[in-house]
Amino acid sequence: MKKPAQEYPVLLDVQDITRLYGPAKGCEAIDFRLHAGEVLGIVGESGSGKSTLLRVLAGLEAPDAGRVIYRRSSNEPEAARTGTGKHESGGDQKENAEAALDLYAIGEARRRALLRLEWGLVHQNPRDGLRMGVSAGANIGERLMAQGQRHYGQLRATGQAWMRQVELDPGRIDDAPRTFSGGMQQRLQIARTLVTRPRLVFMDEPTGGLDVSVQARLLDMLRTLVRQLGLSVVLVTHDLAVARLLAHRLMVMRHGQVVETGLTDQILDDPQHEYTQLLVSSVLTP
Amino acid sequence: MDGYNFAYLDEQTKRMIHRALLKAVAIPGYQVPFGGREMPMPYGWGTGGVQLTASILGADDILKVIDQGADDTTNAVSIRHFFQRVAGVETTTATTAADVIQTRHRIPETPLRAGQILVFQVPIPEPLRFIEPSEQETRLMHALEEYGVMHVKLYEDIARYGHIATTYAYPVKVDGRYVMDPSPIPKFDNPKLDGNPALMLFGAGREKRLYAIPPYTPVESLDFEDHPFEIQRWEHSCALCGSDRSYLDEVITDDKGGRMFVCSDTDYCQTRRGDVA
Ligand SMILES: Nc1ncnc2c1ncn2[C@@H]1O[C@H](COP(=O)(O)OP(=O)(O)OP(=O)(O)O)[C@@H](O)[C@H]1O
Ligand SMILES: [Mg+2]
Ligand SMILES: [Zn+2]
Repeated sequence: MKKPAQEYPVLLDVQDITRLYGPAKGCEAIDFRLHAGEVLGIVGESGSGKSTLLRVLAGLEAPDAGRVIYRRSSNEPEAARTGTGKHESGGDQKENAEAALDLYAIGEARRRALLRLEWGLVHQNPRDGLRMGVSAGANIGERLMAQGQRHYGQLRATGQAWMRQVELDPGRIDDAPRTFSGGMQQRLQIARTLVTRPRLVFMDEPTGGLDVSVQARLLDMLRTLVRQLGLSVVLVTHDLAVARLLAHRLMVMRHGQVVETGLTDQILDDPQHEYTQLLVSSVLTP
Repeated sequence: MDGYNFAYLDEQTKRMIHRALLKAVAIPGYQVPFGGREMPMPYGWGTGGVQLTASILGADDILKVIDQGADDTTNAVSIRHFFQRVAGVETTTATTAADVIQTRHRIPETPLRAGQILVFQVPIPEPLRFIEPSEQETRLMHALEEYGVMHVKLYEDIARYGHIATTYAYPVKVDGRYVMDPSPIPKFDNPKLDGNPALMLFGAGREKRLYAIPPYTPVESLDFEDHPFEIQRWEHSCALCGSDRSYLDEVITDDKGGRMFVCSDTDYCQTRRGDVA
């Protein structure tokens, strides 16, 4: 997946983000830009701060310092507004014009609306991202209903189309997720997240915890979806094979800091930092 | 009456409830917390409704109390006696004669008029509770209008039963803003919430919440375009008064399996029989 995305507009501007639970526990002084249509992989060993950074980027956890700026092109309507707009008091009323949102300055209401309506989040454990008590169809339809879709027949048709797209049997639309295998649950979570065509998707180890053969098929499917929908993705993984397959660009983390960043193939084939070299070689040796 | 303030509650408690009620009326459908008092009856007996009635009742008001539409159940009778004793107010079974009607489960069939107040006893005030156990989170969901899950529930009904199977406590949206649980009334009564000339107050004793639908407020039952909201219908008419538009209860008439359908609203049924006779 080589795609120099630099000429596309900046979607996410991450400025000097720090979130520390203790010395070297968390993430520190992280600075980067994500361009529209780009898949950025965050790699590093367990405990290096990948998930912490992702939570901050996704608006789930405020940083100790730094800013996350989300830019949408100025002619786009602000979807995040529809959920809350009329009841929110002033303060940030000029934002349509500037079309750049400072994630932790806009207030929880709009931050949550953003995540619900315009972004997507795929958890490692599908149980964290699914409603286990309701059917597959209801899971896929929820974000559409939150956006105001009120036609049962259409919701159902969309649900079935998405099940087909993620290679689930549409005949199981009324089945509860708990009757699905782990790999199927992960497909369902992905369908549920992508059904609203989010502009930006965060994924934390989306293939973790799955059998190798199941992983391979899921990866293949994700790759196709990313290309077809032109998704912009921040992908956390400790698996360099996953990173190689999905990410255009990589950021290598260690002890909460970024040690190296660059195009995926460049980093994996010619790592500069000694930690990256170690990481790459430990993967290459079986 | 010795030892009791008028209508049992002390004036300070009443003032506190009045303040909460003013807020509730100002923000239709919004749940206002109030510092509820212990009442001399168990929660299941409608202490939330009793506290609201006690704080709004005036000495000249005429009170009606119904339970499942009937004036003569144990619950209705004991609440009525309670207010006769602690407030000395006049009581009635006639919907048209009442100034204040405390109810559990039903809205009278006889249309209410401006100036009347209907007080509901509410067991579970939070419509989002089924999906979210945390009170802090549900308050946030209301504040942000995160109501997608309400339709998830209705979707699931249709997927499972082919139609929206929710028949009681059917969720509504009040004045285009707050999703509200109309409490244990049958969905048959939901249309009566919409634009009603009477003031409707809801009190939950255990959870210490109250909310309101002011007169003439638009109230809409949640549904889908292709599965619109519908009320219950019966093939029968009332076996006693012949009404074909009231909410019917099935009653057993003998021990040989004899049954009939009669109005759940006893005052409505009796009045009609009086009219017919
Ligand atoms: N909520 C928290 N409270 C305290 N410490 C935390 C918290 N979350 C993470 N940490 C610590 O911060 C460090 C980074 O954790 P993080 O989960 O971000 O790592 P990771 O790179 O995602 O690891 P893994 O690959 O195992 O998922 C770890 O030392 C972790 O113990
Ligand atoms: Mg992690
Ligand atoms: Zn009758």
